[in-house]
Amino acid sequence: MNIEIEELAKEFGTERALHPVSLSIPSGALIALLGPSGSGKTTLLRILAGLEFPTSGRVLFGGQDATGLSVQERRAGFVFQQYALFKHMTVFENIAYGLRARKRHERPTEAEIGRRVNRLLELIQLPEIGTRYPNQLSGGQRQRVALARALAIEPRMLLLDEPFGALDAKVRKELRQGLREIHDRTGLTTVFVTHDQEEAMELADLVVVMSMGRIEQVGKPAEIRAKPASDFVRAFTAA
Amino acid sequence: MSDIALTRPVPVTSEPPLARYLLIGFAVVFVTLFLFAPLLTVFAEALRQGWAGALDALRLPDAQAAIRMTLTIAAIAVPINAAFGIAAAWAITKFDFRGKAFLITLIDLPFSVSPVVAGLMLVLLFGANSTLGGWLIANDMPIVFAFPGILLATLFITFPFVAREIIPVMMEQGRAEEEAALTLGASGWRTFFTVTLPNIRWALLYGVLLCNARAMGEFGAVAVVSGKIRGETATMPTMIEMFYNEYLSVAAFTLAAVLAMLALLTLLLKSLLEWRHADLLAATRRH
Ligand SMILES: Nc1ncnc2c1ncn2[C@@H]1O[C@H](COP(=O)(O)OP(=O)(O)OP(=O)(O)O)[C@@H](O)[C@H]1O
Ligand SMILES: [Mg+2]
Repeated sequence: MNIEIEELAKEFGTERALHPVSLSIPSGALIALLGPSGSGKTTLLRILAGLEFPTSGRVLFGGQDATGLSVQERRAGFVFQQYALFKHMTVFENIAYGLRARKRHERPTEAEIGRRVNRLLELIQLPEIGTRYPNQLSGGQRQRVALARALAIEPRMLLLDEPFGALDAKVRKELRQGLREIHDRTGLTTVFVTHDQEEAMELADLVVVMSMGRIEQVGKPAEIRAKPASDFVRAFTAA
Repeated sequence: MSDIALTRPVPVTSEPPLARYLLIGFAVVFVTLFLFAPLLTVFAEALRQGWAGALDALRLPDAQAAIRMTLTIAAIAVPINAAFGIAAAWAITKFDFRGKAFLITLIDLPFSVSPVVAGLMLVLLFGANSTLGGWLIANDMPIVFAFPGILLATLFITFPFVAREIIPVMMEQGRAEEEAALTLGASGWRTFFTVTLPNIRWALLYGVLLCNARAMGEFGAVAVVSGKIRGETATMPTMIEMFYNEYLSVAAFTLAAVLAMLALLTLLLKSLLEWRHADLLAATRRH
């Protein structure tokens, strides 16, 4: 599903987190929002998820205006920076949460929930950990469980806020590959936030470079490397 | 000399044995003298005329009415304040709004106002001499010197306990788990019952126990508001005082012993909780 962002702006009191920004995300693309701290990446992602509402501008999902849709109606799979797993639930229950939260007539049977959760556990290559609690997992495992939980609701898009931010370099590399594979397999339009230019360049089809609430440049990694649109982009992507 | 230092390393925080024993001894004597002995005295006095005397005292209609009143008040006030406390903590920790700092201060107000003053405020507000009070009495809904007054006073006094226990826990939790539940399609209520409430359950229980202890034990505010009408508005603490002033010391101390046992029961529950969930509480407790 393609996502259109039209003149989207966000103010927190007097603070401008986003100047009007426009962006067109093609269906099935893997997009990186790249920028330094405070550039408005999280804000943009949260507006897409419906966790924050814009001061002005519109968001369109698959050509339909989604600006007024509630967070539940958007059905965006969201992976939080610190994963935000439910501490008091097992991995199985974490992943099943979104299915159990459905209205009764849309809710799958217990057996079906079990099947789907196990399939997701296999997808993230952790088939044995369903009975564990989040605090019994490594950081990388938690991140993958958070991804499985987001995928369980059969989301219309996948949004990830610095999905690898809290992990060491080796695990990051592995999980990058994992995200790429899951993206290719599900074909979901995916937006992930990062301030690591190497990660953005390696993983994304399209990189959106942001600075101080503005979009500086949108392009394929090679284009951005070859023709940076501003001194900022040149300096930031050279790092 | 240096041998001793090597074979028996002394932790930097440790004191010479004499000072240590003096401190421990002082603490033990102090606790015995000022906490344990008075409690024992209460039970000893209650049993001065044997178990029969104590049981007779408990059969006094005034004593029974007081016990009923206190238990009823606690049974109503504690759930209400638990609900209010959760609502206040929720509002304070999950939303940004103007006047938040003011609300936090307001929650602490009952801790800083003397209970007697709190009782007087209610009398001034709802008493026969105020317009509102006059109207309420004319319409057969008296508040002061009646059950609603006692309830209001208890609600006021015990309001902070639950809120104060759970606010720090909720602050620490942040909003991420709730937001995750919402993105997964859960409604606000479902999020509250399946995510928020389980995360605060120990702090909540702890706050409820403290709230209950105070609700049963409150004297000052209730004494002013209730008018201490025996058999009608007297609670256990106020009834104890009246028995005592009338030299009915067995009755006074028996009722006091019952109140003390209810408090001890609360303390026991609290210790049990702390013992079973020491790690969880360690991260969140403030007392
Ligand atoms: N709830 C909020 N209230 C007030 N200001 C906010 C809020 N959320 C974000 N901001 C401000 O909006 C701006 C953009 O923040 P945002 O979190 O989107 O940045 P970011 O690019 O995600 O940064 P980081 O890489 O550090 O996560 C910042 O200046 C921030 O202070
Ligand atoms: Mg961010």
